[in-house]
Amino acid sequence: MKPMQLPRLVVAWLLTLATGLVFAQANLDIDTPAIRALTDAMKARHTELLPFYESGAVGQAANGNLALRDAAQVALPQRGRVNGLVAAENADRAALYREIARANDHPEWEADVRATFAKRFLERAPKGWWVESASGWVRK
Amino acid sequence: MKAVSKKVAWATGMAGALAACVTINIYFPAAAAERAADRVIDEVWRLQNDAVPPAAAPGESHTGKGETQ
Repeated sequence: MKPMQLPRLVVAWLLTLATGLVFAQANLDIDTPAIRALTDAMKARHTELLPFYESGAVGQAANGNLALRDAAQVALPQRGRVNGLVAAENADRAALYREIARANDHPEWEADVRATFAKRFLERAPKGWWVESASGWVRK
Repeated sequence: MKAVSKKVAWATGMAGALAACVTINIYFPAAAAERAADRVIDEVWRLQNDAVPPAAAPGESHTGKGETQ
């Protein structure tokens, strides 16, 4: 290798790296098979969870999970089912936060991803749903 | 000797540039994460209970007014 080739290679490599970083800042990658599988499962579960969001039995917790906030709202025979739905949704949400951080080559971002989702779940919950704000549970 | 110091300066500059790149990448991209969250929420919730009229832009009716109680 000629002496002047190395600096040029380094510059080319740095430019490639910088370009990648610009894109990394522009958008987070959420288009991986693992993330798609999780969102598909969450989408399917949403139809079943929706009546419980609207009745107030289940709310959007401040930590990015769902919470069974008022079991009395659920008829006794259905309680096991609701508990199962909430547990399954929370497992998928946890996996989603982890996978998004991992898909973007920063597994250490998992907690930040969770906090961001928690904030958006609260802000975007439609009128009538229960959300856990800093001051406690409120109905939107 | 001159050539050596030039090389050292160049190497230092490059190391600095590389460090800057790494530093940028350490920060959590909060705005990008919010957009990602919104894309997932749009897809998962579909906000079907919002009763959005067909002509209205979907996804607008749930922001702004009526957020707090």
